Amino acid sequence: MIKPRTTHFDTLSLHAGARPDPATGARATPIYQTASFAFPDSDHAAALFNMERAGHVYSRISNPTCAVLEERIAALEGGVGAIATASGQAALHLAIVTLLGAGAHIVASRALYGGSHNLLDYTLPRFGVATTFVDPRDVDAWRAAIRPETRLLFGETLGNPGLDVLDIPRVADLAHEHGLPLLVDSTFTTPYLMQPFAHGADLVFHSATKFLSGHGVVIGGLLVDSGSFDWDGNGKYAAARGKFPTLTEPYAGFHDMVFTEESTTAAFLLRARREGIRDFGACMSPFTAFQILQGIETLPLRMARHVENTRKIVAFLAGEPLVASVGYPELPEHPDHALAQRLLPRGCGAVFSFNLAGTRAQGRRFIETLRIFSHLANVGDAKSLVIHPASTTHFRMSADDLRKAGIAEGTIRLSVGLENPDDLIEDLSRALHAAGKI
Amino acid sequence: MRLVVSGEAIYAYTGTRSLDVALPTIVFVHGAAADHSVWALQSRYFAHHGWNVLAVDLPGHGRSGGAPLASVAAIADWIPALLDAAKIGNAALVGHSLGSLAALECAARHSARVTKVALVGPAAPMTVAEPLLDAAKRDDHVAFELINGWSYSQGKQLGGNTVPGVWLTGNAMRLMERTQPGVLHVDLLACHGYASALDSAARLRCPVLIVTGARDIMAPPKSAKALTAALPGARVVTLPECGHALMAEQPDAVLDALRAFL
Repeated sequence: MIKPRTTHFDTLSLHAGARPDPATGARATPIYQTASFAFPDSDHAAALFNMERAGHVYSRISNPTCAVLEERIAALEGGVGAIATASGQAALHLAIVTLLGAGAHIVASRALYGGSHNLLDYTLPRFGVATTFVDPRDVDAWRAAIRPETRLLFGETLGNPGLDVLDIPRVADLAHEHGLPLLVDSTFTTPYLMQPFAHGADLVFHSATKFLSGHGVVIGGLLVDSGSFDWDGNGKYAAARGKFPTLTEPYAGFHDMVFTEESTTAAFLLRARREGIRDFGACMSPFTAFQILQGIETLPLRMARHVENTRKIVAFLAGEPLVASVGYPELPEHPDHALAQRLLPRGCGAVFSFNLAGTRAQGRRFIETLRIFSHLANVGDAKSLVIHPASTTHFRMSADDLRKAGIAEGTIRLSVGLENPDDLIEDLSRALHAAGKI
Repeated sequence: MRLVVSGEAIYAYTGTRSLDVALPTIVFVHGAAADHSVWALQSRYFAHHGWNVLAVDLPGHGRSGGAPLASVAAIADWIPALLDAAKIGNAALVGHSLGSLAALECAARHSARVTKVALVGPAAPMTVAEPLLDAAKRDDHVAFELINGWSYSQGKQLGGNTVPGVWLTGNAMRLMERTQPGVLHVDLLACHGYASALDSAARLRCPVLIVTGARDIMAPPKSAKALTAALPGARVVTLPECGHALMAEQPDAVLDALRAFL
């Protein structure tokens, strides 16, 4: 029996989108640090501008180093393509503005990264876009929140910071039943732990600042298109008909191009690049793309070690008397344990929260006593990190919203790095001991 | 644009231009389990450089209604009906793979309607491997995976797309996955069963271009040799380091070959 040719994830992590530089033979992807690209002749220039030939014109729209990264993440996610953006926030914004405008509505999980919550709850309403937040575990709540003007469903693969596991197959089915796409923030899981498209999601974005780059040295985002959504509603999602005019109707900003006719599979990306990146301009620097490519080369190795270390630390904390609870979906008591086993068999990532049983002062003492864990606002670094969400990342949320998002005064969020786990446990043990003395 | 051809609603991409009867016309014909979008760059170029373009979705494919046409001869006879519906007298035909066979056969059968013919990735015979036919018959996803594995040259299996940010094989997979059940099998059987390529080639009187990929293992250049021999006046362009997905792998080289010919 002839078997299809397949290239495995680890190999794609190293090679997808890249090849030795044709000009110099350089094996590493060069940093094409240039604003513009010279045209061979006038006809070629005009053809590039009018999408009759492919190539690079200006690095805000596309750049060869960024293009390698875009192909690589698309390959790892199983999508048709991607756009590299200035940050994860820029990727989320690009996804939204490509699909909808004033008068439209989004249904989103209420367990979101604080920055995403800010954008949806405080900033987008000023531009006429409303969002209803729902308990990500309650599919009936997702359904009830959908309105005629809803254009997007949005959640995180693992909610922040409570690690609510998004039931992507069920939420995607619901979205598609209503002719809507499901956008997923996959930052915490990366394609190594889960490929949301395989479960029904339509669009994925990453803060590549985190595990993809892996070393806490850049800010960048990636927006990936599955190429599966039926924007016209002429195929499998009839309810989508008429809902996405930015993709299905002539666009005066590009000679009346109809993006779904121009590209059957990548219409979303085409509009996002030809309008969103062109006009809003939140592009990625080629140097940043290079750094993220370096990180992705070792993504499979790093993620396996991140998860291995995390499991040991979760087990340690679960046995500590000053720890009231540990929220990690691999633990049987986590409400999404069964779902996590199904969707995340390789592990539930390396970011999780636990609740200290003591006072706020004890929490402060705990964080300030840690020596290996760095107290800062980031996750997904090779180095271990710690933060107190209620006073930092989620400080703008009301007490009620904090409670709904599963954040208490004593909640501590860890991002477990690649250090020796015994050293990390020693650090935590010493800090807990110090906190216990108060 | 939308047309009614032989009673079915048919879609043809025109490069966002209205047809102008004063301009010459090119009909682009896609291959198995594909649609007009495989010609996106080339068709848009010609639409904006003095040509009418009809990059069709064949019946049963893409945005077109109807059932897929079951033989190369049936597609060849359908193309004049398309021209009639568009009120176009004659046209140059550009076909890829199955579409190249249909273009060849159409030029032989309907010589008055065809000014030139460009065959991209042709083979004669275009024999389809039994495992692929079997998988297609079962509507098994493996059929798409086999095609993807065989359609791109070794280098392009890992990407390096000319179109920024698009993952070649992922994009091709999603396009095939949009095909309705059974369509791929019909298309492959049409290729497999087409036995009159050399006879039809001998009857051609219009200029012919043959574009092949040196690394094509779906329709290897050696499989086009008999066809080339039967078309002694044909211009032959072989693209180095290129597989069967010529328009995606080397879009500019395909465009330049077509420009020089048309």
